[in-house]
Parts: sequence; structure tokens; C-alpha cells
Amino acid sequence: MRIISADVVVIGGGGAGLRAAIAAAEADPGLAIALISKVLPMRSHTVAAEGGSAGVVRDDDSLDNHFDDTVTGGEWLCDQDVVDYFVRHCTEEMVQLERWGCPWSRKPDGSINVRFFGGMKVQRTWFAADKSGFHILHTLFQTSHKYPAITRYDEYFCADLIVEDGRVRGVVAIEIATGEMVLFHCKAAVLATGGAGRVFRQNTNAGIVTGEGMGLALRAGAVLRDMEFVQWHPTCLPGTGILMSEACRGEGAILTNKDGYRYLQDYGLGPLDPWPRAKAMELGPRDRLSQAFWHEDKKGNTIQTPHGSAVNLDLRHLGEKKILERLPLITEAARTFAGVDPVREPIPVRPAVHYTMGGIATNVMTETAISGLYAAGECASVGIHGANRLGSNSLAEIVVFGKVAGERAAQYVRSARPVSPERTARLAEASATRVLRLLGNERGERLAEIRDAMMDAMEEGVGLYRTEAGLKAACRTLADLRARYRRGIRLDDRNRAFNTEWLAAIELGSMLEVAEAMAHAALWRRESRGAHQRLDATARDDRRFLVHSIARSGGDGAPQIKSAPVTITKSRPGSRVYGGAGAKAELT
Amino acid sequence: MTDTRTIRIEALRFNPETDSAPRLQRYDVPFTPDMSVLQGLQYIKDHLDGSLTFRWSCRMAVCGSCGMMINGRPHLSCETFLRDLYPGPVRVEPLDHFPVQRDLAIDQAGFLDKLAAIKPYIVSAKDKPLSEGPSRQTPAQLDAYYQYSQCINCLLCYAACPQFGLNPDFIGPAALSLLHRYNLDSRDIGWSVRADVANAEVGVWECTVVGYCSEVCPKGVDPMHAVNENKVNSALDYLGVKRLLGGR
Repeated sequence: MRIISADVVVIGGGGAGLRAAIAAAEADPGLAIALISKVLPMRSHTVAAEGGSAGVVRDDDSLDNHFDDTVTGGEWLCDQDVVDYFVRHCTEEMVQLERWGCPWSRKPDGSINVRFFGGMKVQRTWFAADKSGFHILHTLFQTSHKYPAITRYDEYFCADLIVEDGRVRGVVAIEIATGEMVLFHCKAAVLATGGAGRVFRQNTNAGIVTGEGMGLALRAGAVLRDMEFVQWHPTCLPGTGILMSEACRGEGAILTNKDGYRYLQDYGLGPLDPWPRAKAMELGPRDRLSQAFWHEDKKGNTIQTPHGSAVNLDLRHLGEKKILERLPLITEAARTFAGVDPVREPIPVRPAVHYTMGGIATNVMTETAISGLYAAGECASVGIHGANRLGSNSLAEIVVFGKVAGERAAQYVRSARPVSPERTARLAEASATRVLRLLGNERGERLAEIRDAMMDAMEEGVGLYRTEAGLKAACRTLADLRARYRRGIRLDDRNRAFNTEWLAAIELGSMLEVAEAMAHAALWRRESRGAHQRLDATARDDRRFLVHSIARSGGDGAPQIKSAPVTITKSRPGSRVYGGAGAKAELT
Repeated sequence: MTDTRTIRIEALRFNPETDSAPRLQRYDVPFTPDMSVLQGLQYIKDHLDGSLTFRWSCRMAVCGSCGMMINGRPHLSCETFLRDLYPGPVRVEPLDHFPVQRDLAIDQAGFLDKLAAIKPYIVSAKDKPLSEGPSRQTPAQLDAYYQYSQCINCLLCYAACPQFGLNPDFIGPAALSLLHRYNLDSRDIGWSVRADVANAEVGVWECTVVGYCSEVCPKGVDPMHAVNENKVNSALDYLGVKRLLGGR
């Protein structure tokens, strides 16, 4: 096994990982920082984020507004000390990206332009057309070239974390090109591996969003928090799940059912006029809009397509000029992937899984339960999203907390005690043996069979609306699939070099564990809150469930679910109301 | 969906560990009208042959992973549809002009070195504290470089470039577009630190203005224009005028 020594290993080359690596390099240019990604960093899923990133910048806005929108949007399951830190640091991170060259869209005088997003009182979403994630990612990736402290290991696949005595000691990875096992000795590690949306069939996520950072952390002894909160984005193409950005609605698009009726007014998001209005109708939050779709579908008011029912996202009244200026990517995507020109026709859309609100539990300093191990971005649950994330808070999250993680890891390295490399190497050898064993299975099922059965179980039992019976069935199916996985996957490909089937088999192991954590946490939470809706417990229950869920690995068995307190500082739980009294919005 | 037809996909297979020469392998793939070439390859991987190796990720033409030669022309496989290639066969091969790592996966290391060489970041006059807020940049100043910031590094332009095919050291269309992107940015003063790359024998002067790079770009970037504007800059630089004019 090849051995590489680093001070800090960052796992994941998306927005959070790149920001962490840059922050660590700026904190201490003398460190050896290894940035590991299973793809080239610019292929990371941050690239596909469209709408924009939150940061208070207008005179009519305030940090209190951003705090209130976030905590209300998350239905009081947000840790308010963390939200407070978050809103205070978003804008400086947006400015930092601007200094690094991000092509933010501008007003005629050259100042930053901002747009509306769902659930936000005031326009505070910085945007670069509708390619905000793409531009943020490329800006960070390109800027990372300035820092000689950062050594990139592109297309290295992390297979295991080595933890001794509660401290992170190393990372076992596969160099994809050769199949060689590599041990990265390290004093600190940052997990920035993104979400787990691919455990569902219809999702907006890139193929790489398979949750293995969560799986690595869970197996190493860290805990996952709030995994039952999975976000469905209300406007995605049926079948592929390709995202039609919330920016469409932020710019004034409307949603209509098969009769051309704006149905959101029937679900507590109206009245219709005056429109547009902040936090009302199409500018409501994602959970409410996705749930409204589900009810319209049950009433038979949706349009049937070969890939499931849909409603219409109508941009036509915005006019061609504005559509092309503000929404070029979704225009191109709708034309290419749906055969629909948004300038002339409405786009058929339906909800698809978009984001995992839960993740590896960390405190505001991004520390996990394992010393020296930090987590940031979608793989983490730092505590800002609660039961439902507001659009444009995640691009801000990756830079705000990516930076914290990089700085904290750098600081930790300075105080880390030296360790025996021999013991770490022995643990790494054992880990490599387990990973290599997958290549040698003589018997077993095809990978795709187990993967597809997992996706079906999640769609069926852990969907937009959940019941006890459905969740129990999903838990049983997932336990059975994990047993089948342990019995063996038989790979067609036995080569070491560039064996993507082998990597997918390792990914599937993590996906099954993460899916199981989602299903068990959802079974445990007998209430409806934000994105977690139970048909058999339709009310929010603050008395019993104003708490986080915590999932701990049960080894080969089911995860254990417990509760943990939510930090509430200044916003007492109240009712979460949209539509109605909000101010009339002015779209620019 | 009932409208299922079958199309033959011929994929180039090559494993440097075991093969002495590349070969074509044929697969018959059922497809529906909404299926892309990428989805055809995923069908093969899931159901017929798990050893077929190719890169993909976002499947919506923004991550840049899935570029390959499709019937001899560079395309993103996620936005190329099997219905348009029916009745086939469809030949898929790795991008031209790159070493093959395995099957359809090419070695991108050379490109990444070129990307690093052009210093792809803002070189600013002075470090203003963040508390001073964002710099001003008018929509016109943004427009000046914006198209060049749209490159997704998919490498289709390199596969289209005959000069890169002849000389792998040529910095090439995408990297030179990115160089131009930063040079054109009103916040940047780094022209002179990038000049050596632009002016070099393997820099802008290697381009023979074939223009196929701009034709195949899936994002509407015009690398040929970027490269040739830099020929003008490079000539001015040679005459000593560029630096006198103060950069950009």
C-alpha cells in the first residue's frame, strides 16, 4: 500500500471541500493539505446548483430577517446559535467569492444584483444567471491553484476512515486510474462529500451524490442527525429529475395544474393577489410547494406524462429577453431534455428528491464526535436547515462552514500529538483487504438489482408523505437488501485499474446504510414537520419532537435512533404561516 | 413506455493492462425516445456488461464529464439522443487526441497541467479588506469576459483541434479561453504574468484557425476568438506596446 503523509486531508472537491482547503492553506501556508476527490473537482455536484446564494446586502434587509426566515423555514428544528453565526458570515463569503472572480450578476451601476427565493422576506439571493453553483465551483477550483500548500489527488476514491482512540489518523483511498490502495496519514480530516439524494430514484442529483461521506463517518463512530428530513424540490423534469431552478419562481414564474389553475392558493399559500408577494404562492418554501403537488395529484388535477404526473411551470409572461438573460441554463435544459421551449410553452414539472437536510452531526465549529474529524456542506448537519432548507442557504452554507472546517482543522493540526504510524498502517491494511474482497466475489447478484430495489423501497415507503406501515416495510426491505449485499455482489469487472463497477459497489454499501438511517429516523419521528410529513401523525408535536434525531451505526443491524436537544436562543416555536399578510414583492 | 426500439451501440474497448490493441464491442440496447447515449451506456453497464468504463455525473450538460466521440464527432453523451442516431449503429470512442486510460475514459492530466499554467485566478492590484464590500463591475464589464467563463472543461474542443492532435504540448483552446477570461476581467491586472504562456511557441501562435473547437463547444464559448484576440495582444506585447498600455 502506498503511503502519503499530510497534515490535513480534505475529502471532497466541491464547494465545501475547496473552500476548506483554501481556508486551511490561508490559515497556515506551511501545512501539507491533501484534497481528495473521486472526480475532478470541477465535476462535483456544486456545479449543478442553479439559483443562487443567500447574503444580506440590501438596505431593506437585515440579519434578523435572514435568521427569522431560516428558523421559520426549518420549522424551529434549526440550532439557532448556528443560524446566528451563519447569517452573520454569509455576506462576507459572497464578497470573498466576488474578489476571487465569481461573475455575479450586476445592476446597471455595477453593484450586486439579488433575486427573490422561496420563503425569504426580502431579495437576498446573489446569483450568476442561473449557473450560480457552476460559477462558484469553478471560481473556487481555479482560485485553489494559487495555494502551493494544496496538493490535489483527483479521482481518488475514499473507502475508509482510520480512527484510533477516538481520533482520526488516516484515510484509505483507491487511486481510480490504477486501482492502487493508498493510505493518507493525517492529523485532521474534513469530510465534504455532499449529500445522498441518489438513494431515491427520481432526484436532481449528479450520479456521484451517493452519501459515502455519511457512511464513512457512521461506520467510524460519528452520528447522523435529522436524516428523516429529505427535501423534495417542487419543480423538476419528470423521469430524469433535472432541476428547473427555484430562480424561475424567484423571477416570477407561476405553477398551474391541468386546468390552468394556480392551485397553490388552495394550500395556505394564497391569496392570489396582490402578486408577486414575498413568501406567498410560488415564492413559498419547497416543502409546502412539493406537498401541494402531492395533494393536487391525489385530486386528479395533474397532467399525465410517461414518467409520472406533472404540473406546469409557466415562464412565458416573463418574456424572451428576461428568460434568456436570467435563466439561460434551465431554458437550454428544458429544450434539450424535455423538448419544451419555455419561451413559448410551460414546462411540465414534478417534485424530485433534491437535498439531504440531515447529515453528519457537527457543532458550529464543524467538529464531529471524532477528534480531528470535521464535516461541512451537504454531508454535514451543522444545524442551520432544521426540518426544511430554504433555497439559496446551501450555497452559502458550503462556503461559510467550509471555511470554518478548514480553519479549525489547521488549528487542530498544530496541537495534535504524534502517533505511531505502524498501528495506523495495520488498520489500513485490514481495511484495504475488506475493500479488495469485493473484487473477488465468485457468486452474488448484479449491482443494479440491489441498487434499483433500494431506490424503489425509498420512493415507496420514505416519500413525500409517510405512514408507519410504509416506513416499517421500507426498513424491512432495506435490512434484507443489506443482507443480500453482504452475501455478495458479483462484479463483471475484476480489473484493478479504472474499475467503476467496483467503486459503485463500495458506494452502494454506504447508500444502503444511509437509506436505512433515513427510514428508521422517519419511523421514529411520529409527527409532521417541514419536509417530514406523516399521514398517521399529521400535526407538529413540539412536546415530544422538538428535538433532533440521532442515528448511530448498529453494525450489520439497524441503526439506533435517539433524540438530542435543539438549541433555541431567541425564536420561540410558533406557527409557520405563508401567504396572506406578506408585503408585495418587487421583482427586478 | 411502449415506444421502445433497439439500437446497436459499438463501444471502443481498451484496457492497457490486458489489451495490446483497442477493439470495438457491440451491444444491442433497447431505448425509448427520451434516452441519451449516456443512458444507453448506463443500460449496458447495469444489464449487459459491468466492465464497460466511462465517466459521467450530472447528466444535464454542466459537469463536463461525459464527453466522447459519437460517430466520429465530439459530443457530451448526456445531451446526444439515441432517437436522433436511429437506426444506428452508434459508434462511441474516447475523445480524440488524448491517451486512453481505459475504454472511453481518457487521461486528463496534461490538460490539468495546462489549466494550472495559465494562472487561472484573479491577480488584483491590491488586497482590499472584505469589509469594503464587493467591487463594482458593470454589466458591460461583465459581458466582456462572461462567455469565456462558461467553459465546463469537457475537452470536446481539444478532441476537435487538429493542432493539439499534432502537438500535445499546445496549450489549447479551453486553457487559452480561460486565460483570456481572466485577462478581460475588470478586476484583474495579471496579463503580464500570463503573457509567457500566451506568447510561447505552444501558446496562441500554435493555433491555425480551423475553428472546429468553437463549433463543437456545447456551451457557446468561442475559443478560436479568444486565442486569436491573444495573437493581437501577443504581437503588441512583442513590439513592447502592450506593457506600455498597462496590461489588459
